[in-house]
Amino acid sequence: MSSTPIYSSPFTSDAFRVKVGLAEMLKGGVIMDVVNAEQAKIAEDAGASAVMALERVPADIRRDGGVARMSPVSKIREIEAAVSIPVMAKCRIGHIAEARVLESLEVDFIDESEVLTPADEENHVYKHDFKVPFVCGCRNLGEALRRIGEGAAMIRTKGEAGTGDIVHAVRHLREVTRQMKSLTLLSRDEWMAAAKQLAAPFELVVWVAEHGKLPVPNFAAGGVATPADAALCRILGAEAVFVGSGIFKSVDPANRARAIVEATTHWDDPARVAAASEKLVEGMKGIEAGKLVEAELLQTRGW
Amino acid sequence: MTVPVGVLALQGDFEAHGAALARLGIDSRPVRTAEEVRASAGLVLPGGESTTMWKLMEGTGIAEAIVAVARRGDPLFVTCAGAILSARRITSPDRDGLGLLDATAVRNAYGRQLDSAVVTLTDLDRSVLGGEPLEAVFIRAPKLADLGPGVEVLARRNGDPVLVRDGNLVAATFHPELAADARVYDLVFGAAAARAA
Repeated sequence: MSSTPIYSSPFTSDAFRVKVGLAEMLKGGVIMDVVNAEQAKIAEDAGASAVMALERVPADIRRDGGVARMSPVSKIREIEAAVSIPVMAKCRIGHIAEARVLESLEVDFIDESEVLTPADEENHVYKHDFKVPFVCGCRNLGEALRRIGEGAAMIRTKGEAGTGDIVHAVRHLREVTRQMKSLTLLSRDEWMAAAKQLAAPFELVVWVAEHGKLPVPNFAAGGVATPADAALCRILGAEAVFVGSGIFKSVDPANRARAIVEATTHWDDPARVAAASEKLVEGMKGIEAGKLVEAELLQTRGW
Repeated sequence: MTVPVGVLALQGDFEAHGAALARLGIDSRPVRTAEEVRASAGLVLPGGESTTMWKLMEGTGIAEAIVAVARRGDPLFVTCAGAILSARRITSPDRDGLGLLDATAVRNAYGRQLDSAVVTLTDLDRSVLGGEPLEAVFIRAPKLADLGPGVEVLARRNGDPVLVRDGNLVAATFHPELAADARVYDLVFGAAAARAA
């Protein structure tokens, strides 16, 4: 593997451009959690721009407990064979070997995800070592920039997965946006202190200060259960939306998936969001995220 | 006031196209309805997922509007997924396209994301693009096959056509919107830009 310092040209290397390029293609779309080929096909037919393979959807992980790991290899192959859209898959935080296995299976994107049980309590995967692009979650700007520093080509703000409660996705989208805006107001003399405070790579802090946005696409995830939830994420600046349990834990997955796709595209047209929601019955019952105790939170995994 | 170019903004990298057009001084706006498509002076169909775009076009009249804009002779620029939508036939899965590009689009023909790459194209139609190599970003790209007699090949990658012109439509299987080279945009909107100036 190359030992080239990543800050010599982190955003101009062809390898990184191609990774971010796929993230660009996923903008404006919905990435849906699926556990098997049947769900993947429903997602594709509903207009998903990609599917995310995982062992169990977050609501089941939350209900059943136990260690949540990468999806079985046979399931990933089955999903790849079933659909023509990009296939993403989750690996555990810091689980270099799971990530390598997913790369060898030629998944299109790896999500190093807090929804699975972390494999490393301290370190994330060094993602520049891989040819396959990575997405990682964040709760604030510092966390986003640390992941990008390691080579993430896409960021998703963390909600509280498996709850059907949008409140934490909103909190973290607002937080990241507020912190980015604040950076743009600083003078150059203040950048290093900001980097220290954010615990983020200086060069990336400078980039955000000068551009007012992340250097990679910024999507939202966690707690999206309705078309209006998806529209809300877009209103708050998310460039695309991940939906986990919200689809396949509802009573009408195909219709709900289709409606969330429609609302994500037409987020700025309330009549279209209403029309998309017209035929839907109740969404997943959900859990109020504010009632969860600290140990039950998935979003606090990773740093 | 000039009429802006419409960039189909159902899903995909439509913002990258908008930014590329802005750098060239060409006014554009994202379009999401049949009315907005018809009211555009020229269209861009961007990269993204073609299956998602088809789904979002169903029952909206957008497909018919795109065809109408093309038939009236407006410039059309279609990249990657946009080229798939425009083709006469599409494979994997098989279906008809909009029929604006007389070719078959073979989806995911190079393989998965690991096969995506930045490639320097040297096999160019020099009379149109000049002699400088063209940097091309391929992301899960399709291939174009069964080209009709009216389709001009402007660039090839390992012999495969990757940039073609069919009348007022220019199709790229790569992403000129993700590169700094303006030549491909000039090819499509050169005349429009000159009019606006």
